[in-house]
Amino acid sequence: MTTKSGLLQWIDERFPLTSTIREHLTEYYAPKNFNFWYYFGSLALLVLVIQIVTGIFLVMHYKPDASLNASGIPVAFASVEYIMREVPGGWFIRYMHSTGASAFFIVVYLHMFRGLLYGSYRKPRELVWIFGVLIFLALMAEAFMGYLLPWGQMSYWGAQVIINLFSAIPVIGPDLSTVIRGDFVISDATLNRFFSLHVIAVPLVLLLLVAAHIIALHEVGSNNPDGIEIKKKKDANGRPLDGIPFHPYYTVKDIVGVAGFLIVFFAVLFFVPEAGGYFLEYNNFIPANPMVTPPHIAPVWYFTPFYSILRAVTYPLFGIDAKFWGVVAMGAAVIIIAFLPWLDRAPVKSIRYKGPIYKTALTIFVISFLILGYLGVLPPTPGRTLVSQICAVLYFAFFLLMPWYSKIDPCKPEPERVTWK
Amino acid sequence: MKNLIVHAKRLIAAALLAPALVLAATAGPQLDKAPLSKDVERLKRGATIFVTTCLACHSASFMRYNKLTEIGFTEEEIKEKLLPPDKKVGDLMTIAMRPQDAKKWFGGVAPPDLTLVTRQRNSELGSGADWVYTYLRTFYRDPTRPNGWNNVVFPGAGMPHVFWELQGEQTAKVTKHPDGTESIELVLAKPGSMSTQEYDEMVADVVSFMQWMGEPIADKRKSIGIWVMIYLAVFFALAYALKKAYWKDVH
Repeated sequence: MTTKSGLLQWIDERFPLTSTIREHLTEYYAPKNFNFWYYFGSLALLVLVIQIVTGIFLVMHYKPDASLNASGIPVAFASVEYIMREVPGGWFIRYMHSTGASAFFIVVYLHMFRGLLYGSYRKPRELVWIFGVLIFLALMAEAFMGYLLPWGQMSYWGAQVIINLFSAIPVIGPDLSTVIRGDFVISDATLNRFFSLHVIAVPLVLLLLVAAHIIALHEVGSNNPDGIEIKKKKDANGRPLDGIPFHPYYTVKDIVGVAGFLIVFFAVLFFVPEAGGYFLEYNNFIPANPMVTPPHIAPVWYFTPFYSILRAVTYPLFGIDAKFWGVVAMGAAVIIIAFLPWLDRAPVKSIRYKGPIYKTALTIFVISFLILGYLGVLPPTPGRTLVSQICAVLYFAFFLLMPWYSKIDPCKPEPERVTWK
Repeated sequence: MKNLIVHAKRLIAAALLAPALVLAATAGPQLDKAPLSKDVERLKRGATIFVTTCLACHSASFMRYNKLTEIGFTEEEIKEKLLPPDKKVGDLMTIAMRPQDAKKWFGGVAPPDLTLVTRQRNSELGSGADWVYTYLRTFYRDPTRPNGWNNVVFPGAGMPHVFWELQGEQTAKVTKHPDGTESIELVLAKPGSMSTQEYDEMVADVVSFMQWMGEPIADKRKSIGIWVMIYLAVFFALAYALKKAYWKDVH
């Protein structure tokens, strides 16, 4: 035991500083065989920080006001252009935030895919996974409400489409959608409450959930590409033989990930900030106009897989509108992810030792998800609706049939110790 | 891992094929590629035409007059040649016509603010600049329209052909194809004061200016971006070396 300096000792007698740093960094043992897929957790945290910091500066200049200025432009829309043109460095902050929104979903989707690859959701990490799904839900709410704020045509009509979905819920629907809007139409009241929820309520929930996600993870320890528990093999001091302290090993490794991520992130930001109309939709450079419906309303790319599932439901059931069942299907598509820990009955966690059935199922699942995402950008045609219906069924089949196919899948034996591949 | 790569490859191949299965050809007018220029003289000429002509009915309400110093004007030049008498050099390019009145006068739609038009009109058919470039060159005489003009890329546009004295009057020859589609061919029926080439060049100048106005920071953004990339490449190399050094004992 080294002697602590006076100040540190003074603090430690009153606050668990040294022990917290030990528990979560210097003596938190992570498996030594993390691969590429393990960068996206820390990158998600980085993007969260980018969004919060840039968000703070945007709020200093943004005005959530739907009234029209003397030139007939909504004040909210004009304030975004004011940030882009007149606030020093404002364009950079705003592009960071808009690129960050898409980057958030990219890293989170890859982070979740990692979980599917290596069975990170399996016992004892069920709560880590559930907190993660809740983070994803909160993130979707955060993105949806944030997208209204620039008050462009897509902001307005995208929100219109999604909020109208709630009115399809029997009995409470119409009142519920009025409560969400704060008005009978999307208006200044909607803009103000979405602003409040976007900058205060949802970020608070997100931060709490992220803390819970990490605390739960550090309680049970990280999974790894082999899907075996490093805590089963410990040395004389009780340290996992295949574990290395998170700090400094993974802090320095994650810096490499951060550098790689920032190269891509800033390449988009500085050279193609609109990302071909996917990160910033072209129609959203037109101020919101309640009198003019755009010919084609597409949600932002990160919502499109779920939006496609919603549109795929075209049959009314039990006398209730198909739209309602579409909403149910969309909600179920997200919620069902949380049940993975109990759906997967395979004797091994990692795809490295799972059999051909799971590998095929996962491949079909990913392809279906990508096709759903692609179709969600396009206006529906009968052919596209049929394709999205097939893909939606495949999406759900991946989860709902898992208890059976994961059981009969011929798995390979897991190794005793972690491997490098 | 090898298996995984095979799967990833299959997956990418399938994802690439998917669009071909479901994507129908997007219909729309053919847009001409706008010959954009960053030449100071051309930008200044475009700005002058924009301020003296377009701003009669359209606002550019996110643009300040003195921002034009960034494309080579001096404040004196702006005051002398461009600034309306009621404006100061730091003012926004707003117009006196109120949106409510404009709506009445232009058949229900007020002339839109033009600051961002080149960013708004981007589509799979071409860039926003291509759209404006084609739009300003494809007005034709149409006696069925209230103002006597129609447009190929914006059928039923409320705007008359403001440059008709320069371009002259075009008429449309509509060809109906057997598959039900129509194509419009424009013929210069009455020449204007400019040759077609001169007119196209003038429109290109205006569009070049409007492209700049859509995002004045765009050029600086890209030049900063190059330095950021160089910095991050060095940072990546150092971070990688640091990681290697720390991890040399991990087996």
